[in-house]
Amino acid sequence: MAAPPTSIEAWLAAAIADAERRGLPELKPLLETIARSTASLRAAYESLKR
Amino acid sequence: VSLDLRRIVDVAPLVKKGDVSPVDLVKSCLEQIDARPELNAFITRLDNHALTEAKQHESEIRSGRYRGPLHGIPIAIKDLIDVAGTKTTSASALPAVEATTDAPVITALRTAGAIIIGKTNLHEFAFGTTSDETAFGPVRNPHDVSRSAGGSSGGSAAALATGMCFGALGTDTGGSIRIPSAVCGTVGLKPTLGEISCAGVVPLSTTMDHVGPMTRNVPDAALMYEVLTGRSPLTIRDSSDRVTFGVPQAYFCDRLDDGARQGLDCARRALAQLGHVVRDVDVAHAAWTPETYLHIVLPEASAYHATWLERSPSSYSPGVRLRLEMGRYLLAEDYVRALRLRTELTHAVDAAMEGCDVLLLPAQPTAAPPVGATSVTVAGTQEPVRAMMLRLTQLFNMTGHPSIALPVAHTVDHLPRGLQIVGRQGQTPRLLEIAMSVEKQFAQCG
Repeated sequence: MAAPPTSIEAWLAAAIADAERRGLPELKPLLETIARSTASLRAAYESLKR
Repeated sequence: VSLDLRRIVDVAPLVKKGDVSPVDLVKSCLEQIDARPELNAFITRLDNHALTEAKQHESEIRSGRYRGPLHGIPIAIKDLIDVAGTKTTSASALPAVEATTDAPVITALRTAGAIIIGKTNLHEFAFGTTSDETAFGPVRNPHDVSRSAGGSSGGSAAALATGMCFGALGTDTGGSIRIPSAVCGTVGLKPTLGEISCAGVVPLSTTMDHVGPMTRNVPDAALMYEVLTGRSPLTIRDSSDRVTFGVPQAYFCDRLDDGARQGLDCARRALAQLGHVVRDVDVAHAAWTPETYLHIVLPEASAYHATWLERSPSSYSPGVRLRLEMGRYLLAEDYVRALRLRTELTHAVDAAMEGCDVLLLPAQPTAAPPVGATSVTVAGTQEPVRAMMLRLTQLFNMTGHPSIALPVAHTVDHLPRGLQIVGRQGQTPRLLEIAMSVEKQFAQCG
């Protein structure tokens, strides 16, 4: 059985934590933008299945 | 027939007859480069090489040797493309490697007789739309130096607009040929995906990169396209057929400034008056375009740059570095979803073109933004400059449809606006035929 998709919230939290660990806090707003974009992408993808 | 000595198709026969010297053509271009240093159009100048070659080309004409349709014509090359004996800097502060061989597109140009006059500035690693993140100074718009020349092939467009070359090569992954062409008032062709070799070109997105000609008019773009694809020269002619133009509405026409809307309206009227059919169409799911594009371009670009991002991150421009870093965080599962949506969008563009010969739309929603601007207001809505400039072009990099940007006259301000015509898959010659015809009609707009 396939694993469920990684949740965007979990992905975003992990990505921001990693970026801060790497000394790249300025990535945070960009990652938040990407998270919104990923949510739209996944919604579009799911709509193909309906 | 009017003779325009800015057009390759007019100059080349005079060179062949010996009436115009390649040396004079090269000198004329070098003078223009000297005249506008503030534009930062070139990274590497090849003055001595170009003059030496021009003398050789001139003597060949005297002895009856004609290399081909670009014999003695000065051409500029975006500095993302390998030219033997020059560094391919990609406009970056990262250490550049000197190319030992020409990229296949350079070989094709040289075989046709072109003289490489220099390598043009760009948005670093082609990863931007404004050509102001570059280690060689921002490329400035020749029509208003406070504004961007567009990007990423901004140096090529600025050079063309000011007579620094007769033709140029650009690359286009989300609009990087068409965007600077539109805002600098020149012509840029993104051919069908895969039609022109990208070997010897620093990649941005290996599934969406295109190489194409940039010129001052459509016949010159057609001639360079013929050279680059090995076709017989001057066989693409303007079309006298009645053409059906589909104008995509939702998403594409949602937010345009007055100049872009006026240019589109004027073109519609002019084409209809000439007996062409112009009708509204819709591209299903067009609103999916930005997120689909983003989830493909970011990881593909990051994959190529992974080693240097680790080794020398501070050598990148800050904005370019951050975009590359973002790509490292995207999940493979979302990349795969984006590829699936890309296929769907490709079918949607094909479906929108049913019953149409081509699509007609603005190349840009606005004129060139100010150098360094990060956001602009278009039709009352503020949006990031990069997203705005990619909005009307990036879809066709994903779908692979050939697309050309060409200038249209307007009366809103003194800044150029461009229209975009999109052809059917694999039918770039037909697109060019129609674009030649349209270009003639645009002279009536404004």
